[in-house]
Amino acid sequence: MKQTEKKLQYQTTLIVNGKTEKLTLPAWVSLLDALRHHLDLTGTKKGCDHGQCGACTVICDGKRILSCLTLAVAKDGSEIKTIEGVGSKENPHPLQRAFIEHDAFQCGYCTPGQICSALGMLEEGEAQTLEEIKDSLSGNLCRCGANANIIDAVTEVKANHYE
Amino acid sequence: MKNKNGEIGKAKSRLTALEKVTGSAKYAAEYNVPDLLYGYIVNSSVTKGKITALDETAVRGIPGVVDVLSHNNRPSLPWFDVMYSDMDAPPGSPFKPFYDNEIKYDRQPIALVVADSFETARYAAAQLKVTYETEDFDVDLRKNLDDARDPSKGLATLIKPLPPSPKGDFAKAYGEAAATYDGDFRHGTEHHNPMEMHATTTVYEGEGKLTIYDKTQGTNNSQIYVSNVFGLSYSDVRVLAPYVGGSFGSGLRPQYQLFVCVMAALHLKRNVRVSLDRKQMYTFGHRPQTVMKARFGADAAGKVTAMHHKAVAETSRFEDYNEVVVNWGNILYPAQNTLLEYQLVPLDTYTPIDMRAPGGSTGMHAVETAMDALAYDLKIDPLEFRLRNYAERDVSEDKPFSSKELRECYRQGAEKFGWAERKPEPRSMKRGNRLVGYGMSSGIWDVIALPARAEAIFTKAGKFIVKSAVNDSGQGSYTVMTQIAAEQFGISTEEMTFEYGDSEHPLSPIQGGSYTTGVVGSAVKAACKVLKEELFKKAKRLKNSPFADSEEDAIYFRDGKIYAADDDTVFVNLTDIFQNEKEDKISVTKSNVPNPLKLKQYTRAAHSAAFVEVEVDEQLGTVNVTRAVTAVAAGNIINPKTARSQILGGMVWGISKALREETLTDFKTGRYVNPNLAEYHLPVHADIHDLDVIFVEEKDEIINELGAKGVGEIGLVSMAPAIANAIFHATGRRMTEFPIHFEDLVL
Ligand code: FES
Ligand code: FES
Repeated sequence: MKQTEKKLQYQTTLIVNGKTEKLTLPAWVSLLDALRHHLDLTGTKKGCDHGQCGACTVICDGKRILSCLTLAVAKDGSEIKTIEGVGSKENPHPLQRAFIEHDAFQCGYCTPGQICSALGMLEEGEAQTLEEIKDSLSGNLCRCGANANIIDAVTEVKANHYE
Repeated sequence: MKNKNGEIGKAKSRLTALEKVTGSAKYAAEYNVPDLLYGYIVNSSVTKGKITALDETAVRGIPGVVDVLSHNNRPSLPWFDVMYSDMDAPPGSPFKPFYDNEIKYDRQPIALVVADSFETARYAAAQLKVTYETEDFDVDLRKNLDDARDPSKGLATLIKPLPPSPKGDFAKAYGEAAATYDGDFRHGTEHHNPMEMHATTTVYEGEGKLTIYDKTQGTNNSQIYVSNVFGLSYSDVRVLAPYVGGSFGSGLRPQYQLFVCVMAALHLKRNVRVSLDRKQMYTFGHRPQTVMKARFGADAAGKVTAMHHKAVAETSRFEDYNEVVVNWGNILYPAQNTLLEYQLVPLDTYTPIDMRAPGGSTGMHAVETAMDALAYDLKIDPLEFRLRNYAERDVSEDKPFSSKELRECYRQGAEKFGWAERKPEPRSMKRGNRLVGYGMSSGIWDVIALPARAEAIFTKAGKFIVKSAVNDSGQGSYTVMTQIAAEQFGISTEEMTFEYGDSEHPLSPIQGGSYTTGVVGSAVKAACKVLKEELFKKAKRLKNSPFADSEEDAIYFRDGKIYAADDDTVFVNLTDIFQNEKEDKISVTKSNVPNPLKLKQYTRAAHSAAFVEVEVDEQLGTVNVTRAVTAVAAGNIINPKTARSQILGGMVWGISKALREETLTDFKTGRYVNPNLAEYHLPVHADIHDLDVIFVEEKDEIINELGAKGVGEIGLVSMAPAIANAIFHATGRRMTEFPIHFEDLVL
């Protein structure tokens, strides 16, 4: 590594899905790229890198955030939950099961963001009506047009697990 | 041969579901390869002209920058167009990235900066100093309609035929018609915008060998392109695309991130990844802006007698991209006097590329608006009007349909929707301060037949494996192919292994045009059939085989065994075959080649009918699609669960086309001004309400081995016109431009 670049590196600790990760990063690395390039957690997706699509949604200290608009170093000490921490193949979260049941995706690229956003919304507990739920998830685009199935999946999980 | 009843037709969750919901599905930019370099592309900032200088000094001085590639220092490249051709190349001369200093369109890729981190590459790319000499350009279709000319013919026009010749006497019939409609239509440029941006990861395996993870709709297409352009042998280039984050046509041709990524990997002998950013997703193909004219005439009995449909679309200056825009109306409605015209205007843009329901979704807006308008004029219910003009036979080609259950689509769709509740008069239905409208539209999409290959394998361990290079960008092909293969051997989908998305597997056409299920599915079925014959032959030869004298129709396959058709206690375990075998697997590869002579005798198409309710707020100019039903006749539905999602997706695209999406062009700068997901509007969850899908039963023994017509486009073609017609019913105003803007609706 060249000298000048080295100077710009910062020690950053992130607690990702319960695991403490110590990273040395330049300040300009987004949380999204830190997850994808430095921790090989590619479940979090990049759909725009500009805060316009929701694909990069993760849960940071209990709140939904767009990881593409967040610098990793600014989250030093934070707890991050990504799709990999929501559930596993062996033991999927009810939201993950409901997404499969309702075929709430086609290509699957927006899916981790949709699920993290839905999880954040359910835990925030504010959106109650169908319209509020749709509004609250509208920052997550789906170009495949799985919208109706996504909303069905989320409302079912809300009714069964969050009421 | 008889089978246990079957995996085909079962509503199954997609086989990649767990990977997709847990984030373990890996897309092209997500392969963790060692010592990876990141490339970032620099795009031209002028629309037309020449690069006079590229100053790389600043860029090369940035720590971490490994190289800068451009036309100045690129490795030598072939000159002949044919080397750059691909399975979807229209007639003309394909764009050659970094070939010379000429700029043909705005944001053309001109250089690649390679660095040891993504951030450094991106930063450095912004520091490249480029000097240009600019030239005059034109990107305004409507200003250049006088330049319209016929499209050149080529391979593309075989699959996407040009309009049929005029029939009867349009002018006379139109003049004598009891009711006429004359309308001018337009839609702007649209971009595919799959959620995953185009990306390629090239693994340099040494000695000219490459493994490439590419975002593509055709692994073979990318493989052939890379091999030809870079002079590599096919066997040294392996392209993999097991997961593709949507494409909708954007991956039909090898895109320039593939080209530059491979170029850098070969040049540097390193592993390289190049991802496009969202803005760059607007620089390599789009649905072309198109203007249309429709003049339809009907007699007093409500029969359409005259049909003029003309479309003029843009193309690039270097390739003639064409679509089937004006052919559909006369296949649906048997007017005897027709004038169907399709022309192109070359402009200084990149070549358009098929985008979900190319041509059909454009043309049907005009056809179905004209039909709707005539119905209102003649005071006939719009659905009844379409029934009066129901084509029992395709008069445009004078052929029978291979199958057509559109009437059932109308009936079941109307019933489910409650079409009978509609009050005939425009502006007659209200909900609070909003006007309510009901609209409907027919839909049609052709069934394309192409050759494809597949391999079927049975292993000593008792495993069935079927392989094809085919992709799955979310349509569900992986699941559907596995179902088709499983059915052939009487096993469950879970017991069948289908391998796909790999150029090493048998050749598949690029995935598109709704033909994948029928085309690749038929190859899968054909390969399985040959394997069954092979296995049966070997079973007969076993010592004491109960089938020594049996014919094929006296047995069937189930659960890894061959059974006697009339006696379940008589069977052979398929793994016993290996007692006599040296190999530990039996493998066959088979091509399925459609019979053009048989197919040519029929018009082959999927049909749909969409019924839509809208609410229009004339104070705000807003439209809400409150509910919609689409009834589809697409032959055999292999997996009703994933097929339903395809139709729902098409309906959302219809909402988007009618009400949301468009790429706006600044004609002065030749530039798209909204190349991002904030200003390129897509429907969000809050825009989507009650959507319903019906699959009408339809048998078709002509089109392909499976009787499957495909469902990728048909959900879209009828939806957008039905929305426009519903808005007319709500407001009394015809919507002839897509997308519809607020200002088109406010009082
Ligand atoms: S990638 Fe972060 S919002 Fe799109
Ligand atoms: S599933 Fe493809 S973008 Fe949502």
